[in-house]
Amino acid sequence: MARHTLSVLVEDKPGVLARISGLISRRGFNIDSLAVGPTENDEVSRMTIVVDVDETALEQVTKQLNKLIEVLKVVELEETGSVQRELVLIKVRCDAASRAEIVQITQMFRCNVVDVGLDAVVIEATGTPGKLEALLEVLDPYGVREIVQSGLVGVGRGGKSITDRGRRSA
Amino acid sequence: MRDESARQIPTPAEVAPAAKQPVPAEEVTGAQSLVLALESAGVEVVFGLPGGAILPAYDPLLDSTKVRHILVRHEQGAGHAAEGYASATGRVGVCMATSGPGATNLVTAIADAYMDSVPMVAITGQVSSKTIGTDAFQEADIRGITMPITKHSYLVTEPGGIAAAIKEAFHIASTGRPGPVLVDVTKDAMVGKTTFEWPADVALPGYRPVTRPHHKQIRAAAKLIREAQRPVFYLGGGIVRAEAAEELRELVEVAGIPLVTTLMARGVVPDSHPLHLGMPGMHGSVAAVTALQKSDLLIAIGTRFDDRVTGHLPSFAPGAKVIHADIDPAEISKNRVADVPIVGDAKAVIADLITALRSDQDAGRGGDFTAWAERTRGWADTYPLGYSPADNATAIPPQYVIERIGALTGPEAVYAAGVGQHQMWAAQFVKYERPNSWLNSGGLGTMGYSVPAAMGAKVGEPDRVVWAIDGDGCFQMTNQELATCMINKIPIKVAIINNSSLGMVRQWQTLFYNERYSNTDLHTSAAGSRIPDFVKLAEAYGCVGLRCEKTEDVDATIAKALEINDVPVVIDFVVERDAMVWPMVPAGVSNDLVTTARAMTPVWDRDDDAEGSR
Repeated sequence: MARHTLSVLVEDKPGVLARISGLISRRGFNIDSLAVGPTENDEVSRMTIVVDVDETALEQVTKQLNKLIEVLKVVELEETGSVQRELVLIKVRCDAASRAEIVQITQMFRCNVVDVGLDAVVIEATGTPGKLEALLEVLDPYGVREIVQSGLVGVGRGGKSITDRGRRSA
Repeated sequence: MRDESARQIPTPAEVAPAAKQPVPAEEVTGAQSLVLALESAGVEVVFGLPGGAILPAYDPLLDSTKVRHILVRHEQGAGHAAEGYASATGRVGVCMATSGPGATNLVTAIADAYMDSVPMVAITGQVSSKTIGTDAFQEADIRGITMPITKHSYLVTEPGGIAAAIKEAFHIASTGRPGPVLVDVTKDAMVGKTTFEWPADVALPGYRPVTRPHHKQIRAAAKLIREAQRPVFYLGGGIVRAEAAEELRELVEVAGIPLVTTLMARGVVPDSHPLHLGMPGMHGSVAAVTALQKSDLLIAIGTRFDDRVTGHLPSFAPGAKVIHADIDPAEISKNRVADVPIVGDAKAVIADLITALRSDQDAGRGGDFTAWAERTRGWADTYPLGYSPADNATAIPPQYVIERIGALTGPEAVYAAGVGQHQMWAAQFVKYERPNSWLNSGGLGTMGYSVPAAMGAKVGEPDRVVWAIDGDGCFQMTNQELATCMINKIPIKVAIINNSSLGMVRQWQTLFYNERYSNTDLHTSAAGSRIPDFVKLAEAYGCVGLRCEKTEDVDATIAKALEINDVPVVIDFVVERDAMVWPMVPAGVSNDLVTTARAMTPVWDRDDDAEGSR
């Protein structure tokens, strides 16, 4: 098993998210995250799906996704050839003594404190899953009260767009 | 009145000019536009049952002179009738139901059509768009429920969206890998006003089925065939759906390679063809199973390596390379990795293979498979399909009944089976000579398929004799459609192979559960009880009911049924209860362990064993 990131262009129609998540669950594919949002084209949405599957299952999941009428294109984003980011909001316990340390950590990780309270701060961080994991590890001793995380989104490096003809469909 | 050319589905190119004629726009209700759309799609018959939410559509339907509506007694019957119609004619079958329970009653038939790639459009009424999500009376999220079992589905909430949805539904259902498409239309969309315009084209940017095979793959396939010693054609239902039987026949002649036809493909090559080894799989012929096991090259077309064919997958055809052609890329290498994958329509693939093989032969490098074909023929001659009555049996052997129905009715008829022992015997002992003559529920295995499917087939092919070969269990699931047949003058013939049991389950209990018969006795003929009495039941519907309990009466009873062509006929064939379906490969074991009868495995000569171990 290995993590694979799929970028999926779909027609922005009601029910398309249910169709895709239903397909993935019914065929028994392991999914790590799914993120969906609008694109430069009003009629098209883009999903980034991270699946944890072997090569055979990856081929199946791509073929099955392509079979859906509303799916326009499926491309696998290789880790080296793409930029991949997650967003996380972390609520960390703090007091007057630890606040400065926490702020210092956020600076080192190039993330932001977006809410400050007497007994807690909320940190907003974006990055690769690895970076966010490291951040959480460092914050853990202070007492992490809540974590909320987005699915991974990714885009290919370089000038080419996912809609370019040259780009190989998965 | 139906000639061959009229049966063909028109090509998109033929349809296009007509479709481009703009229909003058006049104001209609959504319901009227639905009926106009069905007419424009060329629908001649709809099987359905009205209810509250679909009611607006039934009003203009009454006025349609082009679309005949057949009122069923249960929506599942409508679904299977649409399937039977589609499977017998190659055209899209249409069924219609109301919201909630009407729609959920279609679910089994939709799942069935999905598994067997049957082109079908299911139209359901839905509660008003304003009440969706409020648990309104007879509300069910049928689009959500059927999402995993439809090729595509629509929820139409605007009257103006109906025509386009119907247009797309028919396009999707009938092209690429065929399948069921659901169109759920809200009541307010049907009541609202719109103008009807039949769209000239469909706008489906994400739907572009590949039909032309890649020439590189065809060349690679020809190379494997050229180099093979023991190739076998493994032919599936996709060829029937692609209407490629004629081309296939030519390919088989050109190649001279032995072939097997799966349960879904019975008849796609005539059973009388000398290269035809029969059906592979769990209840396949010894020759078909063995040829696949010992083959060094499977040429699989329009088939999906179903578990009922392969048995224990890792030991299936262990020495074979695989050429796998299918219109659905997701089927290729799903279960068995293909050495040469070919994505394309079976008709185009077969045509290209013919060309490739011919050019190889012209170049003097075509493969010669005569010796291999003779060897496979030898297996077929040594282990023919057969049956011997069980010890102490006095009742009719069920296989005999089915064999005689086939022999006395002939290959021009349509045979629709239920699911279970009688289905397997009907696949084995009726001799099929043409595609679309054998209808059954292969993938889903739906008991109750037979009677309504036969009804649909008879509506589509009124000039053919249509037999429902059914079991006593299956028949009790959908026999209410005999009322539909009676009233609408659809004279099907039903042969109930009555062993008073859920026979296939009973067979497994005999073989694998120490003859502990838990809940398989149906009391329909054993020990003097007839609950129900099928003859009386048939008569209650106004049909002719016949009973046959002696082997010597079988022919006369069938002959009598064949003479009655104005009303449906139901024959209660009371048969031997302990008869079993053979050959059999038990579930989950290697096909090498095919048994021809209880505890009997074919004995192979030394050569065969040596070949098999390669």
